[in-house]
Amino acid sequence: MGVNSYLAHAPGYVDNEGPKIVTGRFVHEDSHTLARSLATGGYDGLKRALEQSPTSIHDIVRDATLLGRGGAGFPAGVKWGFCPPGVWPRYLVVNGDESEPGTYKDRLLMQRDPHQLIEGSLIACYALGLSQCFLYVRGEMALAQERIAIALNEAYDAGLVGTNILGTDLSVDIVLHWGAGAYIVGEETALIESLEGNRGMPRLKPPFFPAAIGLYGKPTIVNNVETLANLPWIINNGAAAYKAFGSETSPGTRMFAVSGHVKRPGVYEVEHGTTTFRELLYGDNYCQGIRAGHELKMFIPGGGSAPWFFPEQLDLPLEARPVGAAGSMLGSGAIVVMDETTDAVKACLRVVRFFARESCGKCTPCREGTSWEETILQRIHDGLGRPGDIDMLLDIADNISPGPYPTAADEANGLDAVPFPPKQTTICPLGPSSVAPITSAIRRFRHEFEAKITARELIPVEATGP
Amino acid sequence: MSRLSPENVTIAEEIIARYPRPKSALIPLLHLAQEQDGHVADDAMTHVAELVGVTPAEVLGTCSFYEMFKRHEVGTYVVNVCTNISCQLLGGEELLHHAETVLGVKAGGTTDDGLFTIEDVECIAACTEAPCLQVNYRYRYHVTNDDFDQLVDDLRAGRATDVPEHGVLATVRQRIAGDRLAGVVPPEVATEAPVWLPDPAEERAR
Repeated sequence: MGVNSYLAHAPGYVDNEGPKIVTGRFVHEDSHTLARSLATGGYDGLKRALEQSPTSIHDIVRDATLLGRGGAGFPAGVKWGFCPPGVWPRYLVVNGDESEPGTYKDRLLMQRDPHQLIEGSLIACYALGLSQCFLYVRGEMALAQERIAIALNEAYDAGLVGTNILGTDLSVDIVLHWGAGAYIVGEETALIESLEGNRGMPRLKPPFFPAAIGLYGKPTIVNNVETLANLPWIINNGAAAYKAFGSETSPGTRMFAVSGHVKRPGVYEVEHGTTTFRELLYGDNYCQGIRAGHELKMFIPGGGSAPWFFPEQLDLPLEARPVGAAGSMLGSGAIVVMDETTDAVKACLRVVRFFARESCGKCTPCREGTSWEETILQRIHDGLGRPGDIDMLLDIADNISPGPYPTAADEANGLDAVPFPPKQTTICPLGPSSVAPITSAIRRFRHEFEAKITARELIPVEATGP
Repeated sequence: MSRLSPENVTIAEEIIARYPRPKSALIPLLHLAQEQDGHVADDAMTHVAELVGVTPAEVLGTCSFYEMFKRHEVGTYVVNVCTNISCQLLGGEELLHHAETVLGVKAGGTTDDGLFTIEDVECIAACTEAPCLQVNYRYRYHVTNDDFDQLVDDLRAGRATDVPEHGVLATVRQRIAGDRLAGVVPPEVATEAPVWLPDPAEERAR
């Protein structure tokens, strides 16, 4: 049970009340050291795993219904099962390239508890026969790289990584690898390209997912940092204990970063599937409401790529299925809260600009489309919008993601929800993600766009001469 | 404008040896080159190409994709001000404007004394601490205009001891002692299941 306040040594993290599966050690200032890890049950999960057969470890993870925490929310145990039998070697790639706007849970997990991640990675390697592990950390996260380097050095010296781990047959190297600043590399096939030394451009899938054809063309499991960080607890306590938290389809806990116009922004470990957005945004144990004197206008429920939600959606649970049906996604656990002072056009422009800057350039609809979206939004924002601009934005959006785009219901205007996910004319979801802020903002706040465009028409044109 | 120093070549060879294919070491080696010179010099790229066995054009191809690699000289301190959505809501753009005014250069520019480069960057994963910035990838949270002025003074006076020169990321490197090394597993060679899997037949049956 937490003290329900910020921890001075872990900026941003709120040690709130509730079950702690991945952030349990954060209360200790030295939680990143091997000494503290070992004193608080670190590597017990690995020891316990090594006493059982690899197959049974896979079964426990499958039974626990551990959902991937990178954004797509696919069950890790099922993903693990996609490795084709009899094809060797297999690799593990840890995705620590966290860059989704609003998201920062993996950075805290890497900085505050690197040994938990190392332990989780080794459990995965043991269960699936993964021969080598590459830990890909986002380039900008210097402290996380440093803490992991120190942790790996300690763990190697202690016989916890490398050859004959803990005196068993398990022999796996974990190689720390840094990125160099590219959002798209968080997409698993782009991550693999990057790890092969190439430009980080996604590979076409299906038919071949990385579990079948991945790093160097071999079966590769790509798992998010938070996903792997759950494994030590699950092995120590069992699938049933894990499923005692959260809801049936979304068990356990999840880390959410809530930022923007709330009284107490922070990263919270929250019981998955049962807590609602309202509890998280307004509850005393969490964000304690919108900043004084203001009210909620809209919020992004799952990172920059997610369609926006509005006050009507506050009572949805933090669970993938209902959120998807309501027209958005939980994504990477990033909630950005905007009050009534927020300019919808400006906010939309900023998120779209992110995708325009980060488009890798491989697919034409995204490379060209995101730039044009930014250009048009910029001129509307600057008061230079043209009468057909709103329709043109929607037309460009339709070229990247054809058909009705996922959006929340808007009862006041008689609009129904369009469920997630969107369709795409691109290899990866980056391009379609740029459409989320556009359709969300225009559908709900079309008048704000129109007002900016109309204001321009009213600017008197003075004759200049001669 | 230099090739890697002999000490860095030793480090580079250690890094290359950790990967099943040398080209995988390309990004780590470009970081090493940037750590040495503050930016990635042309000669360093050619040298990296020799070390990993690809053409200089391939190294440039990878290098130019990634935003952190600077192929020209930048300031000793690269100040990255986040203006993405969470920071924008709480004054990130105003902070960037203040930084530009104080230092007298626009985002992307470097001050005449070669000390500061300002960048307008995307989300740096400290959204609850907005507005935030990084100096050579070291965080500063809840930055006010006064905080920024103080930071500039501190950097000029050499008082910000947690901030290394541009190019240095982690100050500790991973090292693997020879007797602890499990060994790289090249994709072409290992065709058998790893030894800790008790029964490959059982695995195949699944």
